[in-house]
Formats: sequence, C-alpha cells, structure tokens
Amino acid sequence: MSADYVTGEHPISTTAEREAVVATAGAAPDSDWVIVTRGLKREYDMGGEIVRALRGVDLAIRRNEYVAIMGPSGSGKSTLMNLIGCLDTPTDGEYWLSGQLVSEMSDDQLARVRNKEIGFVFQTFNLLPRATALHNVELPLVYAGVSAAERRERAMESLERVQLGDRFHHKPNELSGGQRQRVAIARALVNRPSILLADEPTGNLDSTTSEEIMRVFEELATAGQTVIMVTHEADIAAHAKRVVVLRDGLIASDDRRSAFKAQSGL
Amino acid sequence: MPILEAVRLALSTIRAQKLKSSFTLLGVTIGVMFLIAVVSIVEGMSRYMEEDFAGRLLGVNTFTLKRFPWFENNVTEEMWKEWQRRPRIYYSDLQSVASVLPATTRYAVESQDNERASSAYARSRQVEAHAVDGEYFTIKNYELTSGRLFTQRELEMGTPVMVVGSEVATHFFPNLDPLGRELRVGGIPYAVVGVMKKQGSLFGLSLDKIVLAPYHSPLHRLTNPRGDIDGIIVQAPTAMAMDDAMESVRELMRGKRKLRPGQPDNFAMETSASALSFFEKLKGMLLVIGTALPAIGLVVGGMVIMNIMLVAVAERTREIGIRKSLGARRRDILAQFLIEAATLSTLGALIGIGLGVAVAELLDALTPLPARVAPWSVVMATLLGTVVGIVSGVYPARRASRLDPIAALRQE
Repeated sequence: MSADYVTGEHPISTTAEREAVVATAGAAPDSDWVIVTRGLKREYDMGGEIVRALRGVDLAIRRNEYVAIMGPSGSGKSTLMNLIGCLDTPTDGEYWLSGQLVSEMSDDQLARVRNKEIGFVFQTFNLLPRATALHNVELPLVYAGVSAAERRERAMESLERVQLGDRFHHKPNELSGGQRQRVAIARALVNRPSILLADEPTGNLDSTTSEEIMRVFEELATAGQTVIMVTHEADIAAHAKRVVVLRDGLIASDDRRSAFKAQSGL
Repeated sequence: MPILEAVRLALSTIRAQKLKSSFTLLGVTIGVMFLIAVVSIVEGMSRYMEEDFAGRLLGVNTFTLKRFPWFENNVTEEMWKEWQRRPRIYYSDLQSVASVLPATTRYAVESQDNERASSAYARSRQVEAHAVDGEYFTIKNYELTSGRLFTQRELEMGTPVMVVGSEVATHFFPNLDPLGRELRVGGIPYAVVGVMKKQGSLFGLSLDKIVLAPYHSPLHRLTNPRGDIDGIIVQAPTAMAMDDAMESVRELMRGKRKLRPGQPDNFAMETSASALSFFEKLKGMLLVIGTALPAIGLVVGGMVIMNIMLVAVAERTREIGIRKSLGARRRDILAQFLIEAATLSTLGALIGIGLGVAVAELLDALTPLPARVAPWSVVMATLLGTVVGIVSGVYPARRASRLDPIAALRQE
C-alpha cells in the first residue's frame, strides 16, 4: 500500500523531505538529514495471525528539528519509536540514521548505535535504583569504553547542564520526580547523541513539573539538539515545531506547528 | 565493560544484598572448607610419615634384611603363602652379611615380640621386648637419660641386663631409681642398666613401653622360639652408600640361597622408602576419597548459584533492558552476570579457605590427627571457586544477554 508521491497524497510536509525519501533506494541521504525512513514496515506473528503495526512509513527529519510523534494506542507510534530508537529492526524498508543504514545492522552494531547516537528519556525514568545520579549518567560512557576520569567529568558536566550540580551523589529514591527525569535527560545527553528520543517524558509528573521538564526540552532544542517526542497528549505535542500523526500504522499527517495549530484550533 | 569494572559492579551488587549473597555462596563455602580440612589432614599425615615415622621407626639410609616385608600394598593370599614358605633369617647370617659390608656401615640384629614383664613394685604388664645385637642403639638413635648401654662383653656373653623405656621405668619402678633393680621377663630376672629418653607416641601408640636386652641373653628364646631372627638392620652414611650396601647384601643372599638369575628374591630388604611408598599409595587413596565428598558439595554449591542467578536475572530484567537501551551489547550483559557469579563463588571459596584453615588448625591442636595446610590446596580451592562460579553462571548470563530490550523495559 504505497503512497502516491506524485500527486502529493503522501503527507510529507516539504518538497525537500519528499525528495530525501523518494531518492533511489539504498542511497544514503545527504548529511542534512538525521533520520530518513523509506517504506518502514513492522509486522508481528502473533500465533498465526499477522499484526501489521507499521505499514510503510516515510519520514525525513533534519538536524536540529523538534518533532512530536502523536497517535492513539494501536497507531504504531510505540513501534515507530522503538524502530527509530534502534531497539527493534523493521520487517521491511530502510532506516537511515545520520547516514548509516541502521535497518540492516546486527545486534551488536545496533547496541553501538544506541550508545552513540540515541539518547532515551522514558516515561518511567528507568534509572538504576541502586546507583547514584552521577553513576546513572556515567552509564552510557561505561559502555562506550570511556576512561573513569573522563566519565566522571562529562557526567558532572551533563548534570550541571540540567541544573542538578548539587545532587551528584543522590540516589533516585532521594530525588523528586522532576529531578529524576532531569537525571534521565542528563544521561541521555552525556554521549552527545544525534537524537534525543523522549517517550511520554511527562507522563509520571504533575502539571507544574511537566512544564518544567518541557522547558528543559525546549532549551535543548533551541541549543541545537534534535528532539523527537512521542506522546498522545496534544498539549505536549504543541511544544514541538512539527507534529507527525500516526494512524493505523501509517502517517496520517505531518505538519509544521503553525499549520498544526491552525488545524487543531489551538 | 572492562573486567575490573564488572568485578566492582559485582561486589557492590553482592554487598547490597548481603543476606541473600551469604546463602548463595554457602554451598561453595562449605564444600571448600571440607576440602581444605581433608587435604590438610592427609598432608599432615603424609608429612608425619616422612619425617617422624620413617625417620624414627626405620631410620635414615637404613634397610632391614627380613624374611618378608611389613609394609606392602595389595598382599594376596598367594603372596602370603609364598612368604610363609620362605627360609628364615638366622643369627648365623650376620657373619656373611657383615663380611660384604664396608667399614663405614653399621649393622644390628633384631628379634622382638610382646612379652609379659613384672617387678617387685608393680603389677605385671605387657612390654615390647627386643633382643638386640650390634650397633642397635646407634642406628635407632636411642638416647638414655640415665645408666648405660650394654658393654661388648655383655653382648658377647648374653648377660641378662636390660635397657628400659621411660614408661616401663615409671610403671615398674614407681618413684624409684630402676638402675640396678630387677625386671622379670619370661620368668627370668634382668638387671636394669639403662633408662631410655622418652620417645613419644606414633598414632597414639606409645614407643616407651619397650625393653631391650642383648641378643644372646635368654630373651631371644622368648621373642623368636624357632631360633631365627626378625631382621638384620644395616645403616649406611649416605643414600648412595645404602644402595651399594643393599646390592652387596642381595648378591650375597641370592648366592647363599642358590637362586638362579630369573628367580625372584626369597627375602625382603625393607627401607623407609618402601614403607613410605606404601603410605604414598594410601595417601593417594585417602585424597581421592576425602576430596570426593567436598567436590560433590561444590557441585551442589554451583547449582545453588545458578538458580539464584536465574532468579536475579528475572528480577533485574528491567535493569537489563535499561542497560541495553543505553548501549550494552549482549556480551556486556553476559560478562556482567558471569562475573557476578564468578565473584560470588570465588568469595565463597575464600571464606571456605579461611574456615578450612581454622578447622585444620583446631584439629591439629586438639586431636591426635596431624593437620598441615597445603598451599597447593589453597590455590586449587580458589581456582575451583572461580571455575564453579563461571560454569554455574553461564546459563543465567546467556539468558540475561538474550533478553529483548523492549520486553525487558516493560517489566515492573
């Protein structure tokens, strides 16, 4: 079920994006694009029945973009997030991350990509409960083989960047929800990843803390970090400059903020 | 993740769950403890054999010409029967033996048996009676605390004089000076001329219940009624000299008994080495049996570790998912859990070694069993600990490394 690019029915916003996607299969997109997917599909065999979670997704995201991916449950947004985050491999299609064809990579290669290119921020924080904030942030550097001294320095820098310079040796249970999420963000950024991938980052936070955390993301985006936020809440998505809406395993809309705002009446 | 990191991580994980970790390594600890204790006992006995037993009882660079050996492995019915048919050794053989020995060697004659002795001052009792000749006391290194040894004349004449062991002196002559007094053995009175220095005991058997008299005295008729002797003891100054002496005596005896080249010896020449080899074999057997049980304990300990690690992997599925999402490869997760199991097991082994050493020291101090901790057993136990940990940890670690990160992250 491929979309018709010529007639423009495929919901890619700009011509440039369309070109990046439509380019000859197998050719790497140029360096401007941090994420390009072509006909991305993910199917599961659930005891005989085939579930088509993603049915051919074309996406092109530039460096420094702040994109929200929205959709109801069952839309395939979690599947897309797992694929973008290299936690999973597609059944069909191509996924180019910073010029590397990730969709053909082995387990070990994907692990390396996750380590170097992707910074995860989860709804449930996912910090190691028995480790200090500092050690949690150091973890990606441990797997990158960085020396102990350099690790410590970079982790401290990262924590200072999210205003937690005075909480290095606290354990997660000694921190508030907002602080924990900030530790998670510091951890996600410590290896200078290509993309910051956040999955409902404010889902477990109250409204004040949510705003606080969204401000952090905005600051990071302004500073030049590519941010991809997966959410089902429209007001969270509204913080992003571009919103991609998924429905039934396909992209239903892909609009810049002004257009999105106009559509949803915000 | 480099090994040192992983070990540190393992140690902090173990420390965080002290009670659980203690139970996990219990099997390994107990297995190793018994291993060390058993090996210490066997080594202690072995050392005792070599230093005390062989040295004392049989003498250094010494061999004894006997009818048949006293320390022999796997004696069959046939062998025993053949031994019984062998010709005896007689006092008269001493002449010929002495004639082929160089001047630097010492020789003595021995004839012994347990006999009843009595004195005017105490109840009668069994003693180990030895009828001896030659340089017996020198070869056996027997020292006296009072009195004197037999004179040459007494030896030649067979005068009924006696040297007694320290326990014999105290039992038969309580609070008295035994010198000059009478001790009756086999109805015949012997005058005590010397008292021996306390020798101690061998495996709980006292060496001080002996009495010695010149061979030609009436004692030899009691100890060897048939007129033969138990053996001729020969001591050489060096091991090589002893080998030479043995060869000379063997040649002599074979000639005397008209043995053809193909025929085996119909006499025995027992050295401390031959007695020792008997004990070496025994030691080998004891080691095998004694370490089999602790080894089983170690296997059980390993299975405990494997099971606890499986539980740990299940409990820490989310943690594994987090690590994988941050870039941990399969081998990083594998290494983490494998090293955790190995560290746990090695720790258990080290504790077991400490306990085993303590048990060995206690046994040595409080029981007649000699125990000496052998360094090789400590090294082996440590290595075993690590190996058991690695082997037990493989399956859980592989399970952990193969977890799907997405599913793992969903765990509570």
